[in-house]
Amino acid sequence: MLNTKSIFHTLIALSAILVLGSCEQRDTKTVVQGDAASMAYVAPGEYDEFYCFMSGGYSGQVTVYGLPSGRLFKEIPVFSQYPENGYGYSEETKPMFNTSYGMVPWDDSHHIELSQTDGEFDGRWLFVNGNNTPRIARIDLTTFETVEILEIPDVAGLHCAPFITENSEYLVSGTRFSVPIPQQDVPIDSYKENFVGLINYVKLDQETGEMSLDFQIEMPGYNYDLARNGKGKSHGWSFLTTYNSEQAHTLLEVNASQKDKDLLAIINWKKAAEYMEAGKFTERTTSYYHNTVDHSTGIASSEEMKTTRILNPKDCPDMVYFIPVPKSPHGCDVNPTGEYIVGNGKLSADMTVYSFDKLMKAIENKDFTGDIDGIPVINYESGVHGILKKPGLGPLHTEFDGKGFAYTTFFISSEVVKWNVEKLEIVDRQSTFYSPGHLVIPGGETKKPYGKYLVAMNKITKDRFLPTGPELCHSAQLFDISGDKMKLILDFPTKAEPHYAQAIPASKIQPNSVKYFKIEDNKHPYAALGEAKARVEREGKDVHVYMTAIRSHLAPDNIEGIKMGDKVYFHLTNLEQDWDVPHGFAVQGANNAELLVMPGQTRTLLWEPFKPGVFAFYCTDFCSALHQEMSGYVRVSPADSDVKLMWGLNNENKDEETLREMMK
Amino acid sequence: MKNLKSVIFILLSVTFLVACGGGDSNSESNETDATQEKAKELSADPKGVGEVKNVELTDPLNMEMIAQGKGIYEMKCSACHKLSDQRVVGPGWAGVTNRRSPEWIMNMIMNVDVMLEEDAEARKLLEECLTRMPNQGVSKESARELVEFMRKNDMETVGKKDGAVI
Repeated sequence: MLNTKSIFHTLIALSAILVLGSCEQRDTKTVVQGDAASMAYVAPGEYDEFYCFMSGGYSGQVTVYGLPSGRLFKEIPVFSQYPENGYGYSEETKPMFNTSYGMVPWDDSHHIELSQTDGEFDGRWLFVNGNNTPRIARIDLTTFETVEILEIPDVAGLHCAPFITENSEYLVSGTRFSVPIPQQDVPIDSYKENFVGLINYVKLDQETGEMSLDFQIEMPGYNYDLARNGKGKSHGWSFLTTYNSEQAHTLLEVNASQKDKDLLAIINWKKAAEYMEAGKFTERTTSYYHNTVDHSTGIASSEEMKTTRILNPKDCPDMVYFIPVPKSPHGCDVNPTGEYIVGNGKLSADMTVYSFDKLMKAIENKDFTGDIDGIPVINYESGVHGILKKPGLGPLHTEFDGKGFAYTTFFISSEVVKWNVEKLEIVDRQSTFYSPGHLVIPGGETKKPYGKYLVAMNKITKDRFLPTGPELCHSAQLFDISGDKMKLILDFPTKAEPHYAQAIPASKIQPNSVKYFKIEDNKHPYAALGEAKARVEREGKDVHVYMTAIRSHLAPDNIEGIKMGDKVYFHLTNLEQDWDVPHGFAVQGANNAELLVMPGQTRTLLWEPFKPGVFAFYCTDFCSALHQEMSGYVRVSPADSDVKLMWGLNNENKDEETLREMMK
Repeated sequence: MKNLKSVIFILLSVTFLVACGGGDSNSESNETDATQEKAKELSADPKGVGEVKNVELTDPLNMEMIAQGKGIYEMKCSACHKLSDQRVVGPGWAGVTNRRSPEWIMNMIMNVDVMLEEDAEARKLLEECLTRMPNQGVSKESARELVEFMRKNDMETVGKKDGAVI
């Protein structure tokens, strides 16, 4: 959102005046009516009606809230290391961060996209983009764990991602920053000759959800900002907003806002898939990483991919079109019937609504005003359904309620505006506190919205909550939209900076939620499937501790014979087979993190002893009345010591001889 | 100004308290129900509480079931139960089929949360061991295999099995 913020810099004075000037009407007391509290109240022991998944922005993660209560259930680590449960520190999860730039332990997550079947959320997977080192992640919604990360090559700032098609065939994404391809050492002011944009199509395996980069379309060097795919009648098409059609490379807030109109890219991806079939692509050598978690072991592994397939619009007629869209558009949203496409020009006083039927007719009639690099530009007037006049300042994003209305956020005038899509009439407006970016209605981008609630995600909270020093929380504001007028019913702080969110009826996820991993199915090579299998094995300087956990002891809990210079791998298997009984593992002086191990799972922490002595380890997740007793010691001796490797529990000590017996 | 605020605060608090009072009496009556519920007599059924009502034991011992049962024991039970009479986290298994009916054993394995609440013997064990036996996700078939493995263990450790069959 930083880009947006900086673009608005020049308008900051205006926004300040608006906020201050209208403070009186903006007092919460005047906008909260009736029994708002009871509308958002979920009694103790009752469940929320919807899951709401929010991106984390600069945290790189995803958070899970309940609606209407606004209660935070979980933060799912995705693109950033997470010492809280060992994600990105455990040996199993480290490979998730591999990229063509090496290990990148952080990213900036923006847009949530839930998988769809026939244009409706199906509750199987969640996709989210990493902006900075371009990546897309997949979260399995039965376990709420990140199971796959795919890097996208030759793009920069993967803001425009990952937008799904109505049967989860593809995720479309576009580069925010055009760059030289392949990367090369050129003057920055050679932008116009050397910089190229790519629009990427990632194919999804219909059974497993696994991603693969199918093809990339070479585009002019603009900034591709946001996208949506068509649905219903417009299924098979993608719509992407661009800004900086000026191709500026410095002071973009001024230089990328020169033209009266930028462009909406319109892509016939079914046609593109046909060109792929027909072999119209060229192959390019590149490098990108694909990291996947093996279902049976829980271990992530990385594969470097070395080629990508490129389609060029010059060689592929009828695949890509442009149509002008007013000044620096941001959001680009398609209504539930698939007929209307809303282009939000951030710096425009009006909003343009395109008609899919008219666009198709203009394409059929070759109603073009020219072309850009061989891409036909559709005559603006021919594709437009109509203009929503002066709806507010700084329109950003639009969602739909399934009853013919659209809801748009206005960043500068801090409000949500409800309007009739067909008639282009404004029917209601409500203030937000302050400066909303995205908004979400459960199912609000699908063919079947659940038009009951709307959440506006505010960038600025200022005086709304108790202050916490200079860094304040971002916030969400929940509106009831079941009536004619929107009613503000709840404010709640959110974690990091949610950009987009999606919400889905709980009934589509709750019944499939995994309670524990079946230990019989644990194929981890270092699992100890039963306490009898607990042991310590030395392989040169590597020491593998096959440890088990069950309420309330670790086995083995006394280990001797570790020497300075050893690398000790604690492989902890949680033997529990019940819901909500994770065990944790922490060892003094670990330079990485702790482990949180789910029932039936195995996780590994590498520990490199720092000095000779006896060091404690213990369970970090309060698991039973005897949790405090769930601990042990590891003895570290000097490198040249003759202390023998020995381990045990309850004074039943074992050594390498017992191990030989065990292994027979 | 400050005083006025305090007065308002007190007034508001009183209103709240009054309102809360009503709520309390409700929850009190709920609590009484709950207590009465708890005070219900614990089950003394030697077959325990759960879906297992009748187990047919056969002789000689079924070696295939014993092998399966041993695998499950090692994976899911051995961390807390020894095969001798030594108690670690839970009681040792030596002689268990002479103390408990096979139905009780299987219900304890498969329905442990309910057993710990409702069965008198299970509660006694909880008071001794102070760690709730976990539900280890064992199927009915596997629980029966564990019983077979226990019968064999009883022959080997105490020379007698099935002493608690009803």
